[in-house]
Amino acid sequence: MFKRLADKGPAIAITVDGKTVNARAGDTVAAALLAAGIDHCRTTPVTGAPRAPYCLMGVCFDCLVTVDGVGSRQGCLIPVRDGMKVETQLGRREAGR
Amino acid sequence: MAVEARAGDEFDVAVVGGGLVGIATAWGLSREGCRVVILDEGDRAVRASRGNFALVWVQSKGLGLAPYAGWTIRSSNAWRGFSDLLKQETGLDVSFQRPGGFHLCLSEKELEARANVLKRLHNQPGIVDYKTQILTHDQVKAMLPDIGPEVVGGSFCELDGHVNSLRLFRTLHAALNARGVAYRPSHRVENIVREGGEFRLTTTQGEVRAAKVALAAGNANMRLAPMVGLDCPMRPERGQIVVTERLRPFLNHPVVTLRQTDEGTVMIGDSKEESVDPSGLTIGVSATEAERAVRQFPLLANVNVVRTWSAIRVMTQDGFPIYDESQTHPGAFTVCCHSGVTLAANHALTIAPMIARGALDASLVAPFSARRFHVQAAG
Repeated sequence: MFKRLADKGPAIAITVDGKTVNARAGDTVAAALLAAGIDHCRTTPVTGAPRAPYCLMGVCFDCLVTVDGVGSRQGCLIPVRDGMKVETQLGRREAGR
Repeated sequence: MAVEARAGDEFDVAVVGGGLVGIATAWGLSREGCRVVILDEGDRAVRASRGNFALVWVQSKGLGLAPYAGWTIRSSNAWRGFSDLLKQETGLDVSFQRPGGFHLCLSEKELEARANVLKRLHNQPGIVDYKTQILTHDQVKAMLPDIGPEVVGGSFCELDGHVNSLRLFRTLHAALNARGVAYRPSHRVENIVREGGEFRLTTTQGEVRAAKVALAAGNANMRLAPMVGLDCPMRPERGQIVVTERLRPFLNHPVVTLRQTDEGTVMIGDSKEESVDPSGLTIGVSATEAERAVRQFPLLANVNVVRTWSAIRVMTQDGFPIYDESQTHPGAFTVCCHSGVTLAANHALTIAPMIARGALDASLVAPFSARRFHVQAAG
């Protein structure tokens, strides 16, 4: 659905739920997920509805993902890093993760 | 069929106060067949029922007034039936659970103080069996696997529980609405007189008449009670609560300072400050609450906090409930207490029928009259 305007920045690789996803240095996690065509990054805690990055400016908290083992990180506020491990957050976060 | 009485109509009972105490009492009165009007303030009122911690709590209650322990246990025992009745009427589940609850101690000194409180409580004449025991770290850990090494032990009472108190609030209002009970917000009661065998209540939006009056206005009972020849000495107290994001269930029992709700959030609370601004919040108090919570449950260390708030507790002068009927103004009652959630079942199923009959049952509530404050100084 989303297309990059220009392939600026060096290519890097992250994993999303164990699968390699190509990104560009300077992408946020949320941007990298959207660019890779990933249509949801979490499910809600009470009804389990799927959610995708939305406001992309730190306000809506719909882009919550687990990053390198830490849950409920806002994907739109975190720059990608080569080798970063991103996981879909299913429902409620597990305390201690 | 539910019929709401129109303005100018007369009611059997005017309940002053639309918080948990008022609406639980009003619901009970409606079940007794009374035509009830609830007179509430507007949205800017200090709303204890929106800010509470939602425990249905037994342990610790009654030190200094033994009958309060029995009264609390009565409500705790009635709570399941109360929530079932609400569910039958509204289809809403208030998530009442009674798995037993803990008070956790972070030092030997705290544990010793805790044991002493329970000993003094149990040694009172006429005390009922509380079923509260002191447990070691290992015994606590067997039931709460995520406690930290600093938890030296605690007390456990199998009667303790909790509920979703905001849903309880909504559920009672839904039930009242379905029953045709008149709820009048922004009707602050300014004056009450008894005239021609009925009460006339002057509100910010006109006069309301009723055969009886039940004062359930929390701390405002202090202002209202003298209008009907009663006394209700209060000392409002501020408490603060810290709320985390929703987490997967890890806590199967409520702790007096920390509980996980049915929807996953963790509420951390139980601070007490007196003589403070109702609308303020002390950051240091929230920090201390959070710090103790992390020592009790280290897995909370990196969890996100999504809300904090402060709220004013309804607190009588000595912390115990006040239930009274007026001698000078027959038909006027006070229903006032700190624990509006815990005692909701009693207010709905025991106090309301007494008010409907027109007399409090002294065998149950005599110890809770405000006459206990009228002790003459030795001279």
